[in-house]
Amino acid sequence: MTDSTSTPDMIRRSAAAQAAALAAGETSSEELTRAHLDRIAAVDGDLNAFLHVSEEEALTTAREVDSRRGAGEELHPLAGVPIAVKDVVVTKGQPTTAGSKILEGWVPPYDATLVEKLRAAGLPILGKTNMDEFAMGSSTETSAYGPTRNPWDRDRIPGGSGGGSAAAVGAYEAPLAIGTDTGGSIRQPGAVTGTVGVKPTYGSVSRYGLIAMASSLDQAGPVTRTVEDSALLHELIAGHDLRDSTSLPGPVGPYAEAARRRDVNGLRIGVIEELEGEGFAPEVRARFTESLDQLERAGAEIVRVSCPNFEYALGAYYLIMPSEASSNLAKFDGMRFGLRVIPEDHPTAENVMKATRGAGFGDEVKRRILLGTYALSAGYYDAYYGSAQKVRTLVQRDFAAAFEKVDVLASPTAPTVAFRLGEKIDDPTAMYMNDIATIPANLAGTPGISLPSGLAEDGLPAGIQFLAPARADERLYQVGGALEALLEDSWGGPLLAKAPELAGGAAR
Amino acid sequence: MPSIGRDDVARLADLARIQLTEEEIARFAGEFDSIMDAVASVSEVASEDVPATSHPIAMTNVFREDVVTETLTQEEALAGAPDAQDGRFAVPQILGEE
Repeated sequence: MTDSTSTPDMIRRSAAAQAAALAAGETSSEELTRAHLDRIAAVDGDLNAFLHVSEEEALTTAREVDSRRGAGEELHPLAGVPIAVKDVVVTKGQPTTAGSKILEGWVPPYDATLVEKLRAAGLPILGKTNMDEFAMGSSTETSAYGPTRNPWDRDRIPGGSGGGSAAAVGAYEAPLAIGTDTGGSIRQPGAVTGTVGVKPTYGSVSRYGLIAMASSLDQAGPVTRTVEDSALLHELIAGHDLRDSTSLPGPVGPYAEAARRRDVNGLRIGVIEELEGEGFAPEVRARFTESLDQLERAGAEIVRVSCPNFEYALGAYYLIMPSEASSNLAKFDGMRFGLRVIPEDHPTAENVMKATRGAGFGDEVKRRILLGTYALSAGYYDAYYGSAQKVRTLVQRDFAAAFEKVDVLASPTAPTVAFRLGEKIDDPTAMYMNDIATIPANLAGTPGISLPSGLAEDGLPAGIQFLAPARADERLYQVGGALEALLEDSWGGPLLAKAPELAGGAAR
Repeated sequence: MPSIGRDDVARLADLARIQLTEEEIARFAGEFDSIMDAVASVSEVASEDVPATSHPIAMTNVFREDVVTETLTQEEALAGAPDAQDGRFAVPQILGEE
């Protein structure tokens, strides 16, 4: 590297601080982008957070931003700050696989709406991040391209489905990343990697250009190292979109301002009784309780609330999600894009479809398509899919009743710290339990944030989750920003500073 | 609910147009009952008087202005196709022998 020695340190700063350094002329977007590309080259061979790195394109964008800045143009505050995008989001000209063999080598002919916004704001796109196949998983192990490893311990999972995005920001390969959250795929990876992730209110961010798993649950959002960075990215990617009929009209923000407010005096925080006891690891619970104590000392009021129907949320989710997925994934038929496998005998369209889907989909995708097909089949529809939709109403009613008493709800994000690679991959029902605390928000469409609560079992990070009413995302940034500041004061710096160094692809 | 066996899994795979090996059919059949048992509790609370929710935030009659917008070019639409001919998607024989 030819630039000053400050740039390698620069990648450890928050996105907001990197943006400030660009605005102050301390560094250029080209230097900053190159520093992140160098970091990816050094550590990603081991982590496997990226499925594709778009070096040329990122540097071209960076140079354009630098010259526009040099010409005195008014730029977006995040212009020139690089970003990584989960591979389930389509990017024109950059391969998009959703972690599946069936889309290997596919180059989308269009951009997702949120990608258009990133490009318009001048954020260099570093590449596409690894994920569970079609976002189906909680560990990134179902990726057809090998698992991503947790930067804290490379024998552990980074969460899922967005383990690649969380590991990329956690390992300083990118200051910002895009995730998607259908049942916790932004928040749970955040919790187990010591990073921050937000699932916005359903409809806050356009779903146009997201490869759908479950359309009524999917929502894209920010993956970052700080609460303020998530707020800045959320403000950039949110907004009404005519190309998504479920997109919410109305104003966006002010999220970054809320993240900087550092004031929880009088804020009523409800602890969800159903999401703190059985199944949650002792140290994960201890960090959760200590976080609430900090908020209470800062003036928040902590109360206990009951959401009795959350007990049924996991069951409802694992009926609704496969049902919608089985329908959404019907488009992968070997006809218009992606893989086509031609069987030797009777290569009719139907047999080509079967052979293509049999060869192109992995186990978890097949499992969920079969479950969804079953749940929607005649004779079982009312008992399964119909009942699950009723549970969805009951979960919404629980949220409504709770939010009459409190401003936000809280729980640990995930029941445990990161588990070991391979530990749960052969036990689908055990794997599904990882999402127990995150799923209710997807069923109800309400927003949620996860941020680090401290180190728990085996010295690994745990997360705390806050949930707010639909369209009240601002409250998440307010409480998240305040708690982050309180905890970092007590730790003497960010939690990620305690992670082992990665160098040359190996932990030192 | 009835138990789900190998024949049921094979039938579902056929409906979903997924070719499975005998080994896969056996494995999925072995897992199916425990997964369905884990989710079947939803029927305990889904009484007659509870309305169903299909979308988290209900919206009705979402329209845009009926004006021409940008679309993919023919070339772009065909760019990712496994096979194309004369500006069209080329697909295998659609009808079987029988």
